[in-house]
Amino acid sequence: MKRRHKRLAFIVGGLAGVAIAAGLVLNAFKGNMVFFFSPTQVVAKEAPVDRPFRLGGLVKEGSVNREDDGLTVNFVVTDNAEDIPVIFTGILPDLFREGQGVVTQGRIGAGGVFQAEEVLAKHDETYMPPEVAEALEKAEQANAQSVSQTRVTQ
Amino acid sequence: MIPEIGQFALIIALCLAIIQTFFPIVGAARGNAAWMALARPVAQGQFVFVALAFACLTYAFVTNDFSVLYAASHSNSQLPLLYKVSAVWGGHEGSLLLWVLFLSTWTLAVTVFSRALDEAMLSRVIGVLGFVSVGFLLFMLFTSNPFERLLPAAPDGRDLNPLLQDPGLAIHPPMLYLGYVGFSVAFAFAIAALLSGKLDAAWARWSRPWTTAAWVFLTIGIALGSWWAYYELGWGGWWFWDPVENASFMPWLIGTALIHSLAVTDKRGTFRNWTVLLAITAFSLSLLGTFLVRSGVLVSVHAFATDPERGVFILAFLAIVIGLSLALYAWRAPKVGFGGDFKLASRETMLLTGNVMLSVAAGAVLLGTVYPLVHDAMGMGKLSVGPPYFDAVFLPLMVPVIFMMGVGPISRWKKTSVPELKTRLRWALGAGVIAALVFPFVMGGWSILVALGVLMAFWLFGAGVVNLVTRVTTMSGSESVTAKLAKQPLHYYGMLVAHAGVGIFVLGVTFVNGYEQEKDIRLDLGDVVTMDAYTFRFDGVVQVTGPNFKAHRGIFVVSEDGEPYTILHPEKRIYNSQQNPMTEAAIESGFFHQLYVSLGEPVGGGSWSARIYFKPFVAWIWAGCGLMGLGGILAISDRRYRIASRAKKAAAKGAGLAPQPGQGVATKPASAMASGVDS
Repeated sequence: MKRRHKRLAFIVGGLAGVAIAAGLVLNAFKGNMVFFFSPTQVVAKEAPVDRPFRLGGLVKEGSVNREDDGLTVNFVVTDNAEDIPVIFTGILPDLFREGQGVVTQGRIGAGGVFQAEEVLAKHDETYMPPEVAEALEKAEQANAQSVSQTRVTQ
Repeated sequence: MIPEIGQFALIIALCLAIIQTFFPIVGAARGNAAWMALARPVAQGQFVFVALAFACLTYAFVTNDFSVLYAASHSNSQLPLLYKVSAVWGGHEGSLLLWVLFLSTWTLAVTVFSRALDEAMLSRVIGVLGFVSVGFLLFMLFTSNPFERLLPAAPDGRDLNPLLQDPGLAIHPPMLYLGYVGFSVAFAFAIAALLSGKLDAAWARWSRPWTTAAWVFLTIGIALGSWWAYYELGWGGWWFWDPVENASFMPWLIGTALIHSLAVTDKRGTFRNWTVLLAITAFSLSLLGTFLVRSGVLVSVHAFATDPERGVFILAFLAIVIGLSLALYAWRAPKVGFGGDFKLASRETMLLTGNVMLSVAAGAVLLGTVYPLVHDAMGMGKLSVGPPYFDAVFLPLMVPVIFMMGVGPISRWKKTSVPELKTRLRWALGAGVIAALVFPFVMGGWSILVALGVLMAFWLFGAGVVNLVTRVTTMSGSESVTAKLAKQPLHYYGMLVAHAGVGIFVLGVTFVNGYEQEKDIRLDLGDVVTMDAYTFRFDGVVQVTGPNFKAHRGIFVVSEDGEPYTILHPEKRIYNSQQNPMTEAAIESGFFHQLYVSLGEPVGGGSWSARIYFKPFVAWIWAGCGLMGLGGILAISDRRYRIASRAKKAAAKGAGLAPQPGQGVATKPASAMASGVDS
């Protein structure tokens, strides 16, 4: 009898431990999911305002502007449909370049400027982050659609 | 001509692998000795042809044969020889070939070192390994042929990604792969045991050294990758919870659980079905890692393939391997049973708790790694799971694991006395508490996380010392202490060293997280930055030319408390073939700290942006991994395995077969690597 109780306690204890662990995991998980949005989605107010998210697209040609402190950089992320201005302070990754794909993580701040805390590096100059490629494609399709629609209405 | 020979060799290897799968397994089931006897020679033959294929591909790289598409896209005539060779596994096709080469190498090792194993078991093990090989060879021949020709040949190659042009990265993939693939041996033993229905202590004894060897390679491989990311990516971080890192970390966690669980099965005959499940899981996660990394679903430096066909193939193979093994497990495991009984307060309980925690940790990493992929595949949008998730999950899971690492080794099998444990371990706990109170102040500021880290590290060291002292003092006999120490088995020292390695690792992580200093700064000529006792003066940038790159080299004169200390030269390189900028950080490594400088960009007028770090104890992270690896090596070198292998060799001689050099072959590179990590 006593032995059975012990075993039962052992099993219950084990299950409780696993339940606590699972709770911890899921709670941390929920709090740390970072979603990806394209400039078009941000303009359409789909992106959250109260938590960080990832913004990706192309660095618009001629938009990179460095402030006097040598560390603060302003640039524009575009999906060729909409533009979002971004500000970042720090050292940019090696392959950050105008006209190239980029993914940044941060929040939308005052005046619709994206305050990037992190600019993610690519590892290869021919490589396009798949999120960015997809966002560009979507924006292009949306463009083509609206063009054909305007044609129809005309 | 040579590439065609390579391709042909691969096709022959595939045919041999099919034979190696079918005849030994069916032969073992039917008790057909002739069919079982095929296992050894066919596996050895497969190795010869895979090695030939690998040699052919290497030849194409070394001789700049850019009519081979794979060489043309991953090498360049200006590349130094070392990187021409490492470029062979710098891309998707070649890394697969390396995978298969290692698989057949492990198989070869099994045929050589397992002579005393009974014929049916050996045949099954080799057959299962052959099955895995068939999958990978098919995959290579149908979707990723490394010998595909490019006509007309390219005038010069596209070059190896500059990030990969580094000695650390030349050896990181081979180490990692040796680990990944090594778990296939543990897996093959587990499946063979399930097939035969004989899951006894002998089975565990046989798979133990193989599993530990694979674990050692994986440990060293992960540490090398982390070290490489630290100095090559120029961000000063040593672990990013990047999906690719996670892909190698999950098998490591399960592999760690597995080597402990195997120990229980070997010593006590219990945990049996749990051990088998871990062996299956460890290898499945290795395959999953290969899938994640090679299918192009991940955004990473490691993701070579973007061809969905490849991803689908590996996924299908993964499903077959995992599905078949789990089906077999479900069928056989109830018969196998869990094994012997034990009390709540016993070493078994401690090991089981640690095992469960490690498995939960692996599950948490799996969730964070795979959930974004599933979410995206279901069209619910793109997301990523940040490092804070992994940090938040890991700390609470690892605290009990580390507690058990202190208590477990000192408690008795089956039933242990709790008051006795308390008496013995209060010294270890006391050492931990005192260190946790004192050390943070010495280091420059008390915080709860630092105190916890120090407590855990010193708890481990203390428990190790207590363990050794108890062991020596309770030993009967009147010999001197040294004689008693010398009498302890190597695997025991291996355990102590590996656990101390975890302590060193925890200290490194704790101090670098608690006390590192970082500055992103714009520097004009002559500007000065001070961190801790060190002052960095920026003396401008000069142009230098390397073998296949040009670089801006910064000059940072460092002084310690006003005395000249060292000069650091971080570089910004532009490689000739691809015109990509690359940051090469400069690191000054002391015993207790590292100074780390990386150049940003020129910001006009001779000024540069730069990133400067002061990183206390950071090298201890890799030193700790090195010690864990060393512990594993000590465990494998234990006498009991050597006695077994000597007996085997004697038997082999009797049978007229030449003995092979011992396990030194497998462990030498790893030990060299371990000391490399230490430095």
